[in-house]
Formats: sequence, structure tokens, C-alpha cells
Amino acid sequence: MLNALLAAGWSAPVVDYHAIAPEMVLAGGLVLLLLLDLFLSDAKKWVLTPVASFTLLGAFIPVLTVALGTEGARSMFDGRYVVDDFSLVLKALFLLAGYVVVLISADHIREGNYYEGEYWFLLLTSILGMVMMASSRDLVSIFVALEFLSIPAYMMAAWRKRDPKSNEAGIKYYLLGVFASAVMLYGMSLLYGISGSTKLTDIGTALGENLTSIRALAVLFVVVGFAFKVSAVPFHTWAPDTYEGAPTPVTAFLSVASKAAGFVALVTVVFVAVPGSHEVWQPVFWILSALTMTVGNVMALRQTNIVRMLAYSSVAQGGFILMPLAVAGIEGVQQAALRSVVTYLLLYAATNLGVFGIVIAVARKTRSGEISSYGGLFGYAPGLAALMTIFMASLAGIPPLGGWFGKFTAFQALISAGTNWSYALAVVGAVNSVVAFGYYGNVLREMWMKPAPHGDTSPVKVPSAIGVALAITGGSTLVLGVLPGLVIHFGDLAGLTGALGG
Amino acid sequence: MLLNQFLVLGAVLFSIGVYGVIARRNAVLVLMSIELILNSVNINLLAFSLRSGTPDGHTFALYVIAVAAAEVGVGLAMVLLMYRNRRSIALDELAEMKG
Repeated sequence: MLNALLAAGWSAPVVDYHAIAPEMVLAGGLVLLLLLDLFLSDAKKWVLTPVASFTLLGAFIPVLTVALGTEGARSMFDGRYVVDDFSLVLKALFLLAGYVVVLISADHIREGNYYEGEYWFLLLTSILGMVMMASSRDLVSIFVALEFLSIPAYMMAAWRKRDPKSNEAGIKYYLLGVFASAVMLYGMSLLYGISGSTKLTDIGTALGENLTSIRALAVLFVVVGFAFKVSAVPFHTWAPDTYEGAPTPVTAFLSVASKAAGFVALVTVVFVAVPGSHEVWQPVFWILSALTMTVGNVMALRQTNIVRMLAYSSVAQGGFILMPLAVAGIEGVQQAALRSVVTYLLLYAATNLGVFGIVIAVARKTRSGEISSYGGLFGYAPGLAALMTIFMASLAGIPPLGGWFGKFTAFQALISAGTNWSYALAVVGAVNSVVAFGYYGNVLREMWMKPAPHGDTSPVKVPSAIGVALAITGGSTLVLGVLPGLVIHFGDLAGLTGALGG
Repeated sequence: MLLNQFLVLGAVLFSIGVYGVIARRNAVLVLMSIELILNSVNINLLAFSLRSGTPDGHTFALYVIAVAAAEVGVGLAMVLLMYRNRRSIALDELAEMKG
């Protein structure tokens, strides 16, 4: 084989520099951050924050210019790295979510008197991995992008070196994450063995509709690997501990961007590489989704710490995002399913980042993570309380806020599938949406009805960066809830190159 | 081509690795078990690559080796951190947070 390889002619691959400009800007920004951190004195380290945020905004510009161009999907490296509408939308999501995370972490990181430069470097590296993930259409690049985004995230979770809780958060996240990617890799090696290629479209063609036990095993292992990443029950055990122990801005990042990246990879593999094996993954997603929603919600009801409550809430939300995938193999429902996953991810990102913005702002005053510390918030910080109400209502799915529309699209996909199993899952989802009011409502009751603990009603000082983040997330939660038409077409099946063998 | 033998070896290594991750309480041993799984993946990839005559599997295995090295670097750093803070690397003692 080696001789054949050596004899073959080789020509340099054509690289579309415009299409990969976002990745290049991010990589350049990373190097710049690393060098600045090395040479700047501690007093000047504040420069790193604007450098990080401008890198993210700078990477967003080429995403816009490529999206506004008329060339359609741009494919590189023999179709293994594709910049299509699907990937552009998710790149935009990752970059904007990253920007909001920079805004909500800026003051937290500076006041913590900890390693500032490393934090920004790790954050941007992780975002670069996510941006790559959105374009990856090959098993190797999906794996590399997954590790690219995960390894910095492990370190960010353990970022407070001397805090045992942060250690524990990092180690649990690391061990389960690495174990999951090892299981996923085993599945990928089987997929490669069956199809003889690592390119997703080739795998899709080679696998076809036939089902053998080895195919079922390969698909199952890959799905289970990603289920860890999106913290689906019963692979969620790391999530609550990691979310509670990690620094709060990191939790915001993990629960939104990292989870979204897991879903992106899952959707790409399911729709491009193994759409024909739906007899395997549909029941798996059905079970994962029903379990994830139910367990996430029931556990969230019992929590007294707001970050831990939000951790279980984010597990439960993941169940809703998985819901349409349980019917995504049925002819005619694929469009609705893909649309629902993408729309839900966008709306969930806006809302959940907003919640964490408020949690960080309030914790600056109360120095507490208990839900009871939100008592009387409406009395001394009516603006924050009103925003928190909007975000909580959006997460619970009350119209006309963003989260409502996400849930609506998920139920729509299930109903249009029209099988007994899909109706059953819709019922489970509906019951869970009602249960969710319990814990979201609990926070609202504390804010609006209860007196402030210890009678401390001094106002909350919201740093301007968090203010901007809250304006962005609150604005998009409201606007997208009223005008969902702005984002609904982002999830078109035609935007995902090679989906269903097309 | 002895494909089956390679696949059986891979499957056995994979199973030993999964058992180790679940049963071991020592963080370093868990890391080693994960390495076993990754190596079973490499054996699979190389065997499939030789059978199909495509170089994809070889390339994939190289990436797996490189990324595994990076992962273990981070993992050992975390285990060291844990040892410094609590003088123990027993995973079942990690129970600061509950519920």
C-alpha cells in the first residue's frame, strides 16, 4: 500500500481562505493573547479582555461576509470540511455566545486575582474547536474538533487550582469526557471499518439502509459518546458537580456553548453519516430524551443552590432538544426535526446565558449561591428581577418568549411524525414542561414575594460589561419569541450539505 | 488477512479498559484504562485500514495517538492538583458536592 501511496501524484488542496477566515482570525487572536500574557506586566493585563472580545467579534465579520455571499456551500479538502448555511449559523452562535461569556466573565475573572491570560486563551481555544466542529464532515476532524473544544474546557472547570470543589469539578468532567470520547472513537473505528472511509458522506452512502449487528453497535457507541457531551441521562452524572464546582462564567460557557457543540456533532453524524440506520438511533434517542427530561426536572425540583438547579435545568432542556431526534428518521419529518434542534439551540443559548449573567451579577452582592439569597430582589433591584423573570419564563416555555418557540418546534416535529411512539414522547414532554414550572417558579416566588435575607436591601451594582450581556441576551429572548421567523429558516435541511445522501 | 484476530484483540482490550474505568478507584489506573480503550481503537483502525487499503485509518490512528498524549498531559496535571490539595488520588473520596 505504501508504494501505491508514494507513486500517486500529489497536488496541494485548494484552500478557500475566505471561508476559513473565522478560524484563522481566532487562531491569530489566540497567539496574540498568549504572547501578550507573556510580556505584559500584571498591571496591564486588563488589555487581554478587549483583545479576547475583539478577536471574537473580528471572527464574526467573515462569518457574515460568507453568509451574505451568493456562492452557496463552500467545500474544502475533498468535502471533509464544509462551510454551508448550517455551519455558518452555528459558527455565529458559538462566536456570539463566546462574546457574551467574555462579557459576563470580565469582572469575575479580574477580581478573582487569578490567572487572567490563561483563562482567555483557554476560552478562545475552546471556541475555535467549536467553530471547527460546525464545519467538520469527517470522522477525524469531528474527533479533533471535539477534543479541541473539550480539553481547554476541562482545564477551565478546574481553573481555581486551590479550591477542592473546582478540582473535583475538573476531574469528574475530564474522566467522564475522555471515557466518552474513547467509547465514541471505538464506534467511529467500526464505522470506518464498515465503510472504508472516514468521510461522512461516503459513510452515508456505504451504510445505506441495511442493518447488521456491527452497524448497530457502531452507531450505538457513537451516539452514546455524544450523549455524554450533551449530558443526557444516564450519562449526565458529571454535569451537576462540574457546573457547581467550576467558576460560574465557565458554567455558563459549558452549559450553553459546549452543549451546543455536542448537539452539532450529533446532528451532523446522524443526518449525514448514518441517516439510514434510524432503526437503531430512533429508539435510543426516544429513551435518552424521555429519561433526560424526567430525571433533570425531578432533580432540579430538590435543589437549593441556584447553580445546581440551573445545572439540572440545563440537563432537562437537553432532553427537549433531543426530543425531535427520536422521530428524525421518518420520511417527511427530517426537516422539522433539524429545524427544531437548531432553533432550540439558538433560543436556549440566549436565555441561559442571560440567566447566568444575572446569577453572576447578584452573587457579586450576596456572595451566595442559595436560591433563598434571591429574596426581595424585586424590592432592591427591580430591573434584574424583571429580567430574571423573563429568562425563567422563557426557560419554562411561556409564550411569547424565546424558549416557548423552541419547545413549540420540538412538539410540532413529534406531532407531524404521527406515530404512537412520537405521541407518547410528546405527552412525556408536555408533563415535564409543567413540572419545570415548579422550580423556575420557586425562584420567581423568592424574588417577588419573600423579604430580603438579613434585611440587606443595598442595591446591586451591575458592571457595565454584564449590563451589555444582559441587554444582548434579554433583547434576543424577547425579539426571537415574538418574531421567531428571524431564525426558523436557519435549520433548513438544504443548508446541511450531504444530509440524507443529498 | 487475519482481520478477525485483530478485531478480537481490540474488543478484548476495549472490554478490559471499560472494566478498569468502572471498577478502579485510583485516578491513575483509570487514566491507564482509558489509554487501553484508545489503543484498542488504534488496533481496529489499523486492521481495517490494511484490509480496505485506504490510508484513512492510518491517519486517524496517528491523530488518536497525538490527541491521547495531550489528554493524558491534562489528566495527570489534574491528578497532581488533586494530590496536592487532598494528599490522595482516590476517586471515591471526591464527594464535596451532593444531590
